[in-house]
Amino acid sequence: MAITLSGDQSIPAPPLSSRLTTTQVWGIALLTPYLLVFLAFVVYPVCYGLWLARAPSNYVALYNDPIFARAAVNTLIFLVIGINIKMVIALFLSGFFAQQRTWIKWLSVIFILPWAVPSIPTILSVRFMLNPEWGMINHYIFAFTGDDGPNWLNDPTVALTMAIGVHIWKSLPFWTMILITGRLAIAQDLFEAAEVDGANWWQKFRFITWPSMQTLYITCTLLSMIWTLGDFNSVYLLTGGGPADLTHVLSTLGIRYLRLDQLSLAMAAIVCAMPFVLPLIYFMMKRLSR
Amino acid sequence: MKLPSLRDVATEARLLLIGIPVFLWTMIPIYHMFLFAISPKEDAFSGKLWPDHPTLHNFEIVFKQQHYFLRDFYVQFWNSLVIAAAVGVLTLFIATAAAFSISRLKVPGGRLVMNLALFTYFIPAAFLAVPMYRTMGNYGLLNNHWALILAMVTIASPYAIWVLKQASDKLPVELDEAAVMDGATTLQIFRLVYLPLMMPSLVAIGTYAVLLAWNEYLYAFLLLSNDREITLPVALGNFLAADDSPWELLMTTGFIYALPPAAVYYAFRRYMVGGLTAGAVKS
Repeated sequence: MAITLSGDQSIPAPPLSSRLTTTQVWGIALLTPYLLVFLAFVVYPVCYGLWLARAPSNYVALYNDPIFARAAVNTLIFLVIGINIKMVIALFLSGFFAQQRTWIKWLSVIFILPWAVPSIPTILSVRFMLNPEWGMINHYIFAFTGDDGPNWLNDPTVALTMAIGVHIWKSLPFWTMILITGRLAIAQDLFEAAEVDGANWWQKFRFITWPSMQTLYITCTLLSMIWTLGDFNSVYLLTGGGPADLTHVLSTLGIRYLRLDQLSLAMAAIVCAMPFVLPLIYFMMKRLSR
Repeated sequence: MKLPSLRDVATEARLLLIGIPVFLWTMIPIYHMFLFAISPKEDAFSGKLWPDHPTLHNFEIVFKQQHYFLRDFYVQFWNSLVIAAAVGVLTLFIATAAAFSISRLKVPGGRLVMNLALFTYFIPAAFLAVPMYRTMGNYGLLNNHWALILAMVTIASPYAIWVLKQASDKLPVELDEAAVMDGATTLQIFRLVYLPLMMPSLVAIGTYAVLLAWNEYLYAFLLLSNDREITLPVALGNFLAADDSPWELLMTTGFIYALPPAAVYYAFRRYMVGGLTAGAVKS
């Protein structure tokens, strides 16, 4: 049979096996497990969730729920203030831990503990320390001043501050560690040259350390913000969202709606966060996928 | 012997001025937990920095399951262990296969899959938990260990694939070419060339996935609820349900629960620091 090479692209496709090399077959086969997981546990849930959140009435209900507005503000405070404080401390401590001393080396091994141990027992430990009647902290406040200490977790501002503190306690070691690697990558002769020129520590930081670390620092800050949006434990285990649901952040609020069987509200709350999250994710993907 | 100069002393003092607060900040919550674990109930609530009568009695109660909240301690410990191990093995399998396929076999569309995985990595876990909960319900997996295992594999794989892909991109192409010349099949290259060379990264990723699953609280408490199905962290959270929680037992159980991951972390620290932090953020 003559093959007519006309422009109508009616050439029957050769059988699949001859179009793909063995290597490609293997490639697809090895990629399949992940694709299945991705389809079943990412694509399907996300689409299903978005479909549940489609009704505009959900957003009206959210808008009318004072807890949602409060949670949104709390989340913003958590991210903008909490994360920046954490990253500045991490930047500072990375300089401290980069010092060549035996005792600092040992301290860095201990310093990593909050990151290495699970958060549930340690956060609950902090929670009991803050207990107004039985906690360690108020015990010592009373012992030294004779006054009763504050009821820490009963004041929304203080409770949220404490939750941010717990978050910082937990994740500071990780970010410090990353920034140390960044700091150690700076060529030492730059500092030696600056020393010869009589630069002080601020000038060394301003003109050598910061320029070489700023990209890493900003990437870390953004990444930490994305991850902190998903930090459920720090708030839930310390305050449980209380008092009076005033310390919720978006992640605990979503779970609160879920437990109240208001899944569509939970999804709507998450959808509302997307305009802020997606640009961050887009930026991070640009940075990391090259 | 050379006496330290005044300047050296001043530098050292300034470093100590940072070091001591850092030490206290890090240790206080952990020490507080330890203190409760070795204190009898009366001492624990008295605010002392060291109990009058330190005791291991709390550990005895936990290990003999002599309290209402602890009646399924061993079952829950076992659940945590099995789930963490399963997540480790499955994540390693899925991620290694995917990374090999994308990085070495250059499968068409590999880049797209990598980007999708990376996107998943950036979805906050607590956000994905909401639809995931309902999905697991639809699949009929709620209250089944597989629900938690599959959820944790979903969360662990993207980062695992990404780190493994970065690591395998660094292996020279000539290795594969030489193996092909020698007549090796794809599977042989994977097994005899690729896996041995990737060992350090595989150890790091395996550890990462195991620790992630062992430490997980949110997904565990959403997806599992039956007392004999839950993992240890969920059991710890359940202590709070009562008004008169036995905090000294809660802290003891928490201490026992925190030991294995800390030990694993320190045992594999060399791999973790090299394999994970380098991959975590590329500058």
